[in-house]
Amino acid sequence: MSAHNDDRQPDDEVDLSDPKLSRFDVYREGLRRDGIEIIHYEPRYAKPGTKVEKRMERIVASMFLGSGLFATLFVAAYIFWPWEYEGAATWRDPQTWYTPILGITLGLSLLLIALAVLTWAKKLLPVEELVQDRHDGGSAKDDRRVAESTVDTVVDDMGLKRRPFLVKAALLGAAPLGLAAIAPLGGLIKDPADMLTVTGWNAEKHNNGEPVRVMLKDGALVRPDMVATGGQITVFPAIEGGASNEHALAPVLLIRLRAQDAEALRANLYPMYQDAEAMWGDFVAYSKICTHVGCPASLYEQQSQRLLCPCHQSQFNVIDNAAPIFGPATRHLPMLPLGVDEEGVFYAKSDFLVPPGPAFWNRPSLPEEDEQ
Amino acid sequence: MKRRKGTSESLMTKAGGELDDRFKLAGPARVLMNKVFPDHWSFLLGEIALFSFILLLLTGTFLALFFEPSMTHVVYEGSYVPLQGVGMSAAYESTLNLSFEVRGGLVMRQMHHWSSLLFMAAILVHMLRIFFTGAFRAPRELNWVIGIVMFWIGFFNGFTGYSLPDDGLSGTGLRIAEGMTESVPFIGPWASAALFGGAFPGDSVISLFYILHVFVLPLALLALITVHVGLVFVQKHTQWPGPGRTEHNVVGFRMFPNYIMKQVGFMLLIWGVIAAMGGLFQINPVWLFGPYEASVVSSGSQPDFYVMFLDGLIRLFPAWEFRVPPYFTLPAVFWPGVVGMGLSVLLPLAYPLLERRFVKDRAHHNLLQRPRDVPGRTGLGVMVVVFWLIAVITGGNDVFAETFHISLNAMTWAGRIGIVVLPIIAYYLTYRICLGLQQHDREVLAHGLETGILMRDPEGRFYEVHQPLAEPDEHGHTELEYSGAVVPKKMNRIGALEPTDRGFFKSIEEPDPNGSGNGSRAVGGERRDEIEAGKKH
Repeated sequence: MSAHNDDRQPDDEVDLSDPKLSRFDVYREGLRRDGIEIIHYEPRYAKPGTKVEKRMERIVASMFLGSGLFATLFVAAYIFWPWEYEGAATWRDPQTWYTPILGITLGLSLLLIALAVLTWAKKLLPVEELVQDRHDGGSAKDDRRVAESTVDTVVDDMGLKRRPFLVKAALLGAAPLGLAAIAPLGGLIKDPADMLTVTGWNAEKHNNGEPVRVMLKDGALVRPDMVATGGQITVFPAIEGGASNEHALAPVLLIRLRAQDAEALRANLYPMYQDAEAMWGDFVAYSKICTHVGCPASLYEQQSQRLLCPCHQSQFNVIDNAAPIFGPATRHLPMLPLGVDEEGVFYAKSDFLVPPGPAFWNRPSLPEEDEQ
Repeated sequence: MKRRKGTSESLMTKAGGELDDRFKLAGPARVLMNKVFPDHWSFLLGEIALFSFILLLLTGTFLALFFEPSMTHVVYEGSYVPLQGVGMSAAYESTLNLSFEVRGGLVMRQMHHWSSLLFMAAILVHMLRIFFTGAFRAPRELNWVIGIVMFWIGFFNGFTGYSLPDDGLSGTGLRIAEGMTESVPFIGPWASAALFGGAFPGDSVISLFYILHVFVLPLALLALITVHVGLVFVQKHTQWPGPGRTEHNVVGFRMFPNYIMKQVGFMLLIWGVIAAMGGLFQINPVWLFGPYEASVVSSGSQPDFYVMFLDGLIRLFPAWEFRVPPYFTLPAVFWPGVVGMGLSVLLPLAYPLLERRFVKDRAHHNLLQRPRDVPGRTGLGVMVVVFWLIAVITGGNDVFAETFHISLNAMTWAGRIGIVVLPIIAYYLTYRICLGLQQHDREVLAHGLETGILMRDPEGRFYEVHQPLAEPDEHGHTELEYSGAVVPKKMNRIGALEPTDRGFFKSIEEPDPNGSGNGSRAVGGERRDEIEAGKKH
């Protein structure tokens, strides 16, 4: 009995050695053994070889052949069609069409073979509906009992219950091994140290204590006459790789305010920036890295004196210490204390007074920043 | 060479015998080939994801032959003129080369990207189908959990994938990921340093993402897909309620040849669509974005659609930063970014258990539910969908604001208010609509369906003739019980009216002049016979 499920009654079985059985009888016996019953099963076309059936066969065959044709076209286009990109090509140039032609030929080839197979299945296979027993809800009682006793025997053989000390020792021994398996991932761990607080403008760290000058992306040093009134440029610390992603917290927006705006900003200036004399004339330099999650807050609207970060639309008021006035940012864009040296070149009097960029849990801040 | 008839058959028998001698296949092969599958279009949504995944493996392998996962600094000397002489990473250069210097590389790249979008979209739609029909209930809770886990692995596989080119757009995405990582209390800066190998962006993140993208995550997906599909196979697919369908059977067609042919055809169909899209529709034109620079960004920076809800939530969340000066800061982005993402992992995972607990339903269910019959769940689902949609739209609110000339700030505020209010309204409306649909089902079962025939009785009153679905009692009522199956609402659903016309380009069937059938929708030749029989009378 144990070889059989509850649902399979051996006495019902058809004698398969009976020579009178047709192929279909044998087949149906197979279905029966899998708990399947035929509800409805008939050829799609009552009479084989009718005109309609032949027509459907021809349609399917032509789709297969069409698929092969487009696949051939794909391979031919892949090999022979001019493809090399040679600068600005117009739609007249054949290489403009290389990618579309590959897509169309491969796509049509796949679509046609797909339709062929689907049409075959939907229009030529017999119409059928079968019903199969589901046998939901676990094994037969006997199977469960046998399995339980097997597991119990195994547990008993190993003496898991009789030898608790051994089990504990095994767990205690294996746990550190598990730790040992993931410990090498520790190679990824690095001390963040000052990576979030010190930028490329730090003279001690990046310029042997000399004040860091201000440069453009191409390395040209920035002088006051390079910015028109109301204009703004993106500037970087004039150090090795200062404009590269090595110093991703360093980019600064240098703005030359109109006189009345500069006046307004001077009146609003936080004490820490007053003390540092952070503005130089009508010039002000704000960190370009948004204090929300670090996109460059680079869209400057001169009329409303707003800086907008395009990622999450935080807006900062240029004439009020770049304090946030809309969106999810909570802190102002730190100001870089600006000076002009004897050669008439902008330099940073110090690094940012508070860390620029997105916040983190132990971000140091100055008292007046916390009061905002 | 001449081939005699019968040779191929005996050859197959012989080959089969040889195989069976070695592997004892006769039994399992028969069980497999005869397995019965229920049929419904909505059961194929998950397959779209499966087939896109296979294509992702194929196209991805091609891309890996040419992509260089390295942030080594190089100067571009390729054929795309606007970037010539520009310094960039080797990863970005090799992506450009894939698009410009590798024969057919662009179509492969675009196919890869399109199939990834289709993969994620199919998972989402498939998940909605499972949710709204209650297919996640016992005994299938584990498969629901696996599905949710696969969505999130797919999410990160997609994110690591589109970050690989190291272009301006993907670098911006990484920067946001950095900000989110750093917002986690206590471990944030350390986690960020581990992810980027020091300060952002460092020079190791691309190779880290590469191994995750091409090996670790796809391997996990492959393993989970195997279990997912295996469980569907072992537990047998759910089915819609209907005549002859019970909790204890499966009504449908056989695995071979019917099901397998439809599956293969469907797979090729999806591949064909993706191939055509890869050739015709541009996606992620990385050459336009330039290499990533920390100081450069533009508006219209949107992630792939499946990440957009997260970006939208981050945009909507108010500027609430919790600070205990000078020791502790909890950045605003922590709530939508980290907590929001965590909840959208955990809540769906827990849903089957929560529903089990609240509904106190521990039975096994193999018949699907119509969404209208479970208004609470359906309402909840629509609520989540509305919430998600508002977040996704907000993820592109700068584009909407610009296209439709709406104030950006107004978009943000509309989103902030909408994401709180609209889901609640959506829940209420959905609940009412479900009840209404239920009521109409009961009405049809009790009074019959509307025929559209208006009658006027001798007293001058108009009334509509109803077709009862069973023999009515003396009051014209039928006592039919609702079984959870579709209730016919139109005459041609009960075979009383044939469709007036059939055929794609030209009519292949004359309309039935009598306008009456025999009450059953038989298929194939049978019906034609009956129509002809009708004509003879």
